[in-house]
Order: sequence, then C-alpha cells, then structure tokens
Amino acid sequence: MTEAVTTPPAPPAPVVDGENARRRGWGWLLLIPGMLWLAIFFLFPTVQLFFTSLYDPSGSFERGYAMTWHVANYADAIIDTSNLFLRSFMYAAITTFVCLLLAYPLAYAIAFKSGRWKNVMLVLVIAPFFTSFLLRTLSWRAILSDRGPVTSFLQTIAILPDDGRLLATPVAVIAGLVYNFLPFMTLPLYASLDKVDHRLIEAAGDLYSSPFTGFRTVTFPLSLPGVVSGTLLTFIPASGDYINAELLGTPKQYMIGNRIQAAFLTERNYPLAASLSIILMVVVVLMVIVYVRRAGTEELV
Amino acid sequence: MTESTTGSSGAAGKDLRLEGVTKRFGDFVAVDDLTLTVPQGSFFALLGPSGCGKTTTLRMVAGLDEPTTGRVLIGDEDITDLRPYKRPVNTVFQSYALFPHLTVFDNVAFGPRRRGVKDYQQKTRDMLKLVQLEPYARRKPAQLSGGQQQRVALGRALINEPGVLLLDEPLGALDLKLRRQMQIELKRIQTEIGITFVHVTHDQEEAMTMADTIAVMNAGVIEQLGAPGDLYENPETTFVANFLGQSNLIMADVMDTSGRTVVVDCHGQQVGVESTRSHTSEGRGWLGVRPEKIFASPAGLENHDGSNVLTGGRVSDVSFVGVSTQYLVRMPWGQELMVFEQNTGQRAAFKNGDEVDLAWSRAHAFLLDADQDAQAGMMTPEADT
Repeated sequence: MTEAVTTPPAPPAPVVDGENARRRGWGWLLLIPGMLWLAIFFLFPTVQLFFTSLYDPSGSFERGYAMTWHVANYADAIIDTSNLFLRSFMYAAITTFVCLLLAYPLAYAIAFKSGRWKNVMLVLVIAPFFTSFLLRTLSWRAILSDRGPVTSFLQTIAILPDDGRLLATPVAVIAGLVYNFLPFMTLPLYASLDKVDHRLIEAAGDLYSSPFTGFRTVTFPLSLPGVVSGTLLTFIPASGDYINAELLGTPKQYMIGNRIQAAFLTERNYPLAASLSIILMVVVVLMVIVYVRRAGTEELV
Repeated sequence: MTESTTGSSGAAGKDLRLEGVTKRFGDFVAVDDLTLTVPQGSFFALLGPSGCGKTTTLRMVAGLDEPTTGRVLIGDEDITDLRPYKRPVNTVFQSYALFPHLTVFDNVAFGPRRRGVKDYQQKTRDMLKLVQLEPYARRKPAQLSGGQQQRVALGRALINEPGVLLLDEPLGALDLKLRRQMQIELKRIQTEIGITFVHVTHDQEEAMTMADTIAVMNAGVIEQLGAPGDLYENPETTFVANFLGQSNLIMADVMDTSGRTVVVDCHGQQVGVESTRSHTSEGRGWLGVRPEKIFASPAGLENHDGSNVLTGGRVSDVSFVGVSTQYLVRMPWGQELMVFEQNTGQRAAFKNGDEVDLAWSRAHAFLLDADQDAQAGMMTPEADT
C-alpha cells in the first residue's frame, strides 16, 4: 500500500547463518503474549460457544446442560428467527449505504479541501467517541421524540403526516446505526483518499478528463481499498448490533442481536443463543469473503 | 469539446505563444512578464536552476496554474482561460504520474478513451510499439523499471497527438546511462512525429543535446534565447556564461568601441573583442573566454599574430582528466583562469609553476556588462526540483 515501487524487490536472501535464524526466533517469541491472549479470550470462548450451541436445549441454567450434539438447535434457530436475520442484514445494508453516501464527501473534503483545518476536522470525526456510546444513542431518543424538533419540522413541511412519528420506526433504528457507525466509514475512506497522489488527478485533467470523469476514473478507483474496509467496518458490527433497535425501536424493529441478547440474558436459553451467534458469525464471514473477492481488493494498489 | 481538442500536428500556424505572462504566488513573482514564441514543430528547452520559474511556465501552458496576468495562445486561439482537459496540450510529468491502478495499456489508452476515439485499441498498440513497450502492455506501472515508466508516460501523452507536448524534467529520475539513451530516443521520436516539444530541465547538457532552441531562465525572466551553439559561444549575460558550461570572466576597461573590434584593457594588457560579441559599451566590462578556447604556450616562445594574448601567467594547478588536461593559471593580478588543453599528444603538458602565455582568437571572446555578478549561474550542488 506504499508508494509505487520502481523496481521489483529482490527475492529475499535465503537464511543461512545462525545469526539470522536466532533473530527470527526472537520475532516469534514476541508474538507469544498476543497469541496467548487470543487463545484464552477468543479461541477458547469460540470453541466453548460452538459446543454450547450443541447442548440439549431441555436443560437449564440452574440444572446444567447435557452435551447431546443436538444439531437440531440450528434448525430451530433458523426457523425461529429467519425474519430477524433478514431484517438485520437489511438494516445493516441500508446503514452501510447511507454511511457511504454521507462519509465519502466528508472524507473527500477532509483529504483534499480542508487545508489547515484537516486535523480539527479529523478530531471532530472522532470526538463522539469521547462520550459513551449508550448515552449518545439515548440522546437520539430526545432528538427523534414525537414532540422533538426533527419530527415537528418534518410534519410542518408535510413529509411526515401529523400523527406520524420517527421514534420506534425503522427510520429511527437506521438513523441511530448510521450515526454510530459513521466514523468507522469516514476514517478508512479518509485514509485512502489522503494517499491519492494529487498529481494523478492533475494528470487525468491533462488527459482530457473533466473533474467528474477524473474522479470516476482515477480518484474513486484509487479510494476503493478505503471503500471496502469502511463498508466492512460498518456492515459487520451493524448487523450484530442490538442497542439501537433496543433504544430507538420496538420489538417490531428488533434485530438478530436483540434476540441473541434476550436468549442469553433473559431466557437463559444458552443453546439457542449460541447457535444464533454461530449462524450470524458464519453468514457474516461468508458474505465478507464473497464481497472482498468481488471487490478484488488484492488487485488494488 | 472532442472536436476542439483533437490533435493538430501538421496544421500550419500552431506556434505556442506567451504574451506578457506573469505568475505571482503571494509576494513571490515566479514568472515575470514573459513573452515567448515557440515555433510549431520545434524542440524547445526551458533551461534554468530550480526555482527559476520554468516549471511554473510549463504548468501555465498545461493549464494547471493560471497566469496572474498575460495570455497563452496556440496559433490564434487564446487558451489562457481554457481548463486543462480542454487544451490541445499534453504533459509528461516529472514524477510520470502513471495511474497505478491501470495497466500500461490502459494508461496509454486513457486519453483517447476520454476523447471517445473509436479505434483507440489499435492506436494504443501502435503507440506501445513506438515506445517499445508492447511486451509490457498487461503490466502495472509498479512492475516496470524507471526507464520503462518514463516511456509509458511519454506514450500516454504522445498518443493524443497534442499541438504541444510539455516535458517536465522527464529524465530527472533516470541514471546517467539511461538518460543518454532516452535523450536520443526523445529526439528521434520528436523528429519522427514533428510535434512541438517544450522541455523543462535544469541540465544544460540535456538541453543542448536535444533542443533546437533554448531559453535560459533565471528568477522568472528569460536571460537569453537562441540556438544551443549561439548561447554557448556568445552569451549575453554572466548567468548564461556560467550556467551553460564554464567561463573565465576577467574585469576589463573598455578603451575603444569605434571599430569592428572593441578594444579592452585587462589589467594593463590590451585585447580585442568582436563588436557583435560585445554586450556592454561604457566603462568597464567582464571579458569572457571559455577555458577550451584558450591556447597556452611557454612564456614568450610563440608568436600569436592576430590573436589576443595575456602574458605573465603561471600554472598553479594541473589536473589530467584523460581527454584533456585542465590547468589553473594564476595571472599577474591574482586571478586564476581555467584552461583546458585537448590531449592530442602533440604538445608536452605543463607542470606546476611553468610560466605561460594565454592566447585565443578574437572571435572567441565576449564582453559582458560589469554590473552583473561574475558568480551568477555558477553550478552549485543544488537539489533537484
């Protein structure tokens, strides 16, 4: 991802002397703390989650569960919640799309037009993180409330009917998702737009591209790595999110995250919760693989 | 738009003209009231040190910078306010600015495709052949060597058959051997297709090798404009005398300007300069002689009839460089003059301390304004721009 290399790199020299081999050994040693951390707090719980998803669902939190390789948990989970899955992915897709539409001009402006305000604008993008995620989402309830300024304004200009509301609708949930994930879209977009060599845009202009054609044929293709990582960073967490649906929606807007949360913490139906989690994980991973393949990011500079 | 931007090589009266062009960046005047005509089909070099305004001039022709005042014309068409993408001008950028996400083929085809040229594929293949890159069509720029990238940049600009091709230090990033090779190749291509080339460079040798006409720029103005030989043999300013090759500049009093030969007095010794080569008339002046024009001989031994002679020199430094021997000769007034003697093997070399007379033909000296800085344009180890 660095500047274009002018000469192909020489093939790495084969390691012959012991000095190099020892150094390489030290490199691996430095990985140990991180590997241990991942093994204990990620790998082990994931395996645990997988086994939990196959427990006998007739057990309970108090009495314990029997390991019966109950694959039917998955069938039950899918039948039970397929509409939630669909809704989650739809909300996440809309969120991602809206985030992209909002963040691209913003990132473009920061990268190319902000001049000495660049750092200030970047801090402003990150600034919301200084306040609790929960608090910020709760305040959207006030913003979108039935007598709040946004609703009244939309009613005044007759976009919303007089008895229409924003809170407790899909609009509110998606608005909350967009708001919460906008920085995750903006920052990768900014990072890749900032790397676009301004001279390439000049060269496009020199070669008969109007500013728009230049954007379409040079700037945008060069920013694709940012588009891909931004959409992934938005879509993946958004599809598993439950706070926005919980605080800004009703059970009619619930997403798969809400169901998993309820199964784990309210119903304490661990096998169901675990199998839902595994399904969500597998589906998201599959979608990401297909997406990255289609976007062909490995082809990009 | 497509119509007005199509190439027009061969059409008559497409000289590039700059009329009173000035470019200011804040208080800094990068280009100062520049007026210039580049005849169609010529290989024109803008030569000068970094910061002299040559790249800014080029960018104003390309449309990447706007002149503060003045006009840019191609033929009779005023292109001063035309956006870059509407100008019949293409640029080979210093950094090449190749599109990293496109293959060599797509880079070269970029211009014709934007203009909607129907047989752009065939044209691109022909251009790749001209710049000898056919086998690399499918590669990305990052997979090419510096010289190959340079040829992609050239092909990408040339394929549009621009009225004027601008080259911004196009060989700056190449090593010496490759640069020589590309100089010959650029000249060959220019002669072959007859497009006007405007070449910006700080390398005087590069400019002299390739260009028909050189404009030497300094501090935003053109110091002198002419054919490489004229500039070298008859510089009009100390800057040109020093920037193009090396010169000995000796302070002299002007004695007689009445005849076809101007007589000057160099610290008590009188020498003549042809009046066409005298660029000052009153008081004092810098007498300039190129080191290779000076003929050194043992003191008092040889007859220099009709030549200019300065006597009383003493060799103070000898360096043998193979093709020639370079001497420093200390004159009675303390100045050290450079003398290059061809290593023909006909004459014995001088040694340190030998007393010599220095002679040169009247047709080889030049006389410059004494108010100018004798150090102007001296080669300093400057950073490439």
